[in-house]
Amino acid sequence: MTPDFLPPPDSSSRLMLTTPTKTVMVSVIMALMTGIMAQIWHGGPWVLIQCGLAAITALTAEATALILRGRPALPALMDGSAMVTAFLLGLSVPCLAPWWIITLGTLFAILLGKQVYGGLGHNPFNPAMVGYTILLISFPRQMTDWPVGHIPLDAVFRAILQGGENFRPDAVAMATPLDALRTGIFMRQTLPEASWTSAFVQGDGWINLGYLLGGLWLVKRKLADWRIPLSYLGALTGFALIFHWADAARYPDPGFHLLNGATMLGAFFIATDPVSAATTPRGRWIYGAGIGVLVYVIRTWGGYPDGVAFAVLLMNLSAPTLDHFTRPRAYGHSR
Amino acid sequence: MLAILVLSLLFASFGWLLGLSSKHLAVQGDPLPNKIDALLPQTQCGQCGYPGCRPYAEAIARGEADIDQCPPGGDACVQALAELLGREAKSVNPAFGTEKPPAVAFIDEPRCIGCALCLPACPVDAILGAPKFMHTVIASECTGCELCLPACPVDCIDMKPLAAQPDPWRAS
Amino acid sequence: MSAGLVGSFPGGLVLEGHKSLSNQTPIRPAGLPARLIFPLRQRNGEDAPLRVSVGDHVLRGSLIAGGTHLMDPPIYASSSGQVMAFEDHDLPHPYGGSNRCVVIETDGQDESLPPLPLMDAETYSPESLLQRIHEAGIVGLGGAAFPTAAKWLKGEAAIHTLIVNGAECEPYITCDDLLLRERADEVLRGTMLLSRCLDCSTILIAVESDMPEAHRALLDTKTALGAQAAAIKIVQVPARYPAGGERQLIPMLTGREVPSGTVPAAIGILCQNVATVAAIYRSVIWGERLDSRIVTVTGDGVKTPQNLEVRLGTPLGFLIEQCGDYVTPDRQIKLGGPMMGHPVTRDTLPVTRSVNTILVTTTVGPTPTPQPCIRCGACVDVCPTRLLPQQLYWHAQARQLQATLDQHLFDCIECGCCDVVCPSHISLVHEFRQAKQTALARQQANERAAHARQRFEARQARKLREQQDRETAAQQRKSSLSQGASPKIQEALERARQKRASRHLPPASEDAS
Repeated sequence: MTPDFLPPPDSSSRLMLTTPTKTVMVSVIMALMTGIMAQIWHGGPWVLIQCGLAAITALTAEATALILRGRPALPALMDGSAMVTAFLLGLSVPCLAPWWIITLGTLFAILLGKQVYGGLGHNPFNPAMVGYTILLISFPRQMTDWPVGHIPLDAVFRAILQGGENFRPDAVAMATPLDALRTGIFMRQTLPEASWTSAFVQGDGWINLGYLLGGLWLVKRKLADWRIPLSYLGALTGFALIFHWADAARYPDPGFHLLNGATMLGAFFIATDPVSAATTPRGRWIYGAGIGVLVYVIRTWGGYPDGVAFAVLLMNLSAPTLDHFTRPRAYGHSR
Repeated sequence: MLAILVLSLLFASFGWLLGLSSKHLAVQGDPLPNKIDALLPQTQCGQCGYPGCRPYAEAIARGEADIDQCPPGGDACVQALAELLGREAKSVNPAFGTEKPPAVAFIDEPRCIGCALCLPACPVDAILGAPKFMHTVIASECTGCELCLPACPVDCIDMKPLAAQPDPWRAS
Repeated sequence: MSAGLVGSFPGGLVLEGHKSLSNQTPIRPAGLPARLIFPLRQRNGEDAPLRVSVGDHVLRGSLIAGGTHLMDPPIYASSSGQVMAFEDHDLPHPYGGSNRCVVIETDGQDESLPPLPLMDAETYSPESLLQRIHEAGIVGLGGAAFPTAAKWLKGEAAIHTLIVNGAECEPYITCDDLLLRERADEVLRGTMLLSRCLDCSTILIAVESDMPEAHRALLDTKTALGAQAAAIKIVQVPARYPAGGERQLIPMLTGREVPSGTVPAAIGILCQNVATVAAIYRSVIWGERLDSRIVTVTGDGVKTPQNLEVRLGTPLGFLIEQCGDYVTPDRQIKLGGPMMGHPVTRDTLPVTRSVNTILVTTTVGPTPTPQPCIRCGACVDVCPTRLLPQQLYWHAQARQLQATLDQHLFDCIECGCCDVVCPSHISLVHEFRQAKQTALARQQANERAAHARQRFEARQARKLREQQDRETAAQQRKSSLSQGASPKIQEALERARQKRASRHLPPASEDAS
């Protein structure tokens, strides 16, 4: 029985100091551009095809879900959040993966990762990571098939439209640095070339640098909470340092970890998703640090080459608990 | 061998801990009906199907009754019960009645015959009177349960709605 | 001569001040309107008892209503005229509602009653000062209008720190700024009066860093007053909203927090607005009753924004006319600043003791529709009370009242900082107000229910007692029967037994014989 004698909210002379949600989302996509350019330079423009497919699927899926739920579709589509999810997913899958990979992944991300929970603002998990994880576990071969070097155009279209193209006949020779790291450790081999310089030569160094630049711009514009990337990268560096000092032959230096894989993309664009992250300031420190630690653990001893997706999902799980135990002391209360 | 020993030791110690806590941390009595009763409106009207608010609270605690059976408590009461018991909130079940705006009983004095049949009907003794004397409802004590209405043989009791009283200054 | 050590408060926002709209011209008397309207609702929710009837002729200073106890400060007529009617008008407060008002038609003569008897400033006592403050009808003029005399008595401990609050933090409002520039003398003398009376060890006057002229005026006046004003420290606080809020100012100046659910007097601190202090001074030295105040009329919707000395009860429309009238007819009026002000639809409402600003703006675009909360945490960063507005919002939406109380719903000062930064344009303060109202209604319902339960249980106990009494009485009757209490009964029983025996019937049951 809410009393009805309160006047309706009035914002006519209210000073809007805020950046509306749509502008936030558009800025995020703009911030991704430096990283996307690095990715294009590194592996060809095919990543844009993946992003495009993802975008179309995302918008269609979101519109359908909203109509089925009986909500107004157009305002929700225009807020840009589906596009952000689509782009993140498109940048995460191998750029020549078959079309149905990205389509399926985006469908899972939007429908199972967001709409079933009630749409924007209600999802406990990062939707892009939900989609990515489902793909990674269900289709491991397609998801780890990263092409190297120049691919002829007809092979590209064959790969995307038909699938089945195998770019890595020799698994060990053309492994990604993180792959090599994992298998190297398991096989007790040393890795003379696993360092931050190698990241630029044969790894994703430039790509990570691109995302780092874009991410720093986002943080400067106060569109991403600085605590999360700082604690994430700090924890990752810290752990890597400790193990590197302990046994430099087997554990690469922190620079290697920071510049390979999806570290920077995860730090500034995925972990900072406010909906699925912790809310309180102290909670966000712990959240970011937790992701950093888990990324290191999964990469070094876990079963997958890159642990960002799993780390993020695991910390999403713990976000409500973190919020509960890190409530700031309210004014006038003793605790 | 060592593993079996260690695991057995672990399980034994956990079991002992559980036993300790079940003795020392046990809750005295059952606080749940009290907590539920504290949320009910105490009109003792019986619309829920139980003879009073306390029996209904105990029935909910036992799992016999659902939380949406109290019309005088309304949706707010169902919401509060849902929050207490961790269940899904719903509206009052229309099979048990509808939530009415707050009202008090009013005896129309010209029609009252002084039969005193309404006095025992009121669960909070809000009716003042005696046989062959004029009866009146003490408005500040009346909970609006309407149990006196069927008791009156000449139908002289009406329900008068109360106006919503905002209390603005207490909130700021 | 000092700028004391000033702390900080969490959150808050640096806002565009818009102060130069209205602080370039001195305070001007507003003049007499044709009608004066006086709402009767007092701060505690009760109506002040009427002291006049329709048709009475009143002078400036005549008692119209109230005055019975400290929470019912007297309401005086602010000009001479005749009591025309009692009407209902909306209260200028967010929790509003309609309210009985006394309407006086002014006769233009502005005749006054003699002032209150002069007090001997050197020998008065705290009790007599309290009495004078109550008689003069003085309430807090910072906007909350709490009866000043009652405010002092709220704490158990003695007051050791007096803070005079001139930190005008909300944009557009400049009435305290102008008061300090033009009447710093009254404020300082009033402060000295109060502090001597309260016997406090620490006396502070706070202004914001964006009020340099007011700061200068205070410093100059303090120097001119010499030794008697030496104990007063004049402090500048950073111009961050809501620095002027009592609960934010106190930790900034003293490092102590007011515990939740209590008032500053509980920790020995008294915080008064500069205008209140000036009014106290005038009531003591000149015997003036509180019947006027300074109001800022500002915004881009009036032609000449300025500060006016306004008689209480003046309708808003009259004041806006005095300021050049509306720029366009399509305008919105707010009583108070843009953050905590209350929108009103009609300009026939009066200025009351709690109105410090009339903000008129030309209508901006349509209100943007609220979108779902994206949990960005911007609201958490700006909350000056260190609450979690986001969590409060989620629980309020889910109608989980107990959870909102756990999140300290009633500690929210409704400053509006979270509203302003929300990227999804959610009206958070509105949600919290509704939640507070619902929580209060629930609390009242629970109190009534507890009372009804008591009566019910008492009744059950009474019925049980009556039943037990009946049973024991029946038992006693039965046992007295078998004891042969009366010889007549024994003879009757004997006769009945013989009759049965003569008819060859079996004897009756045991307990009859």
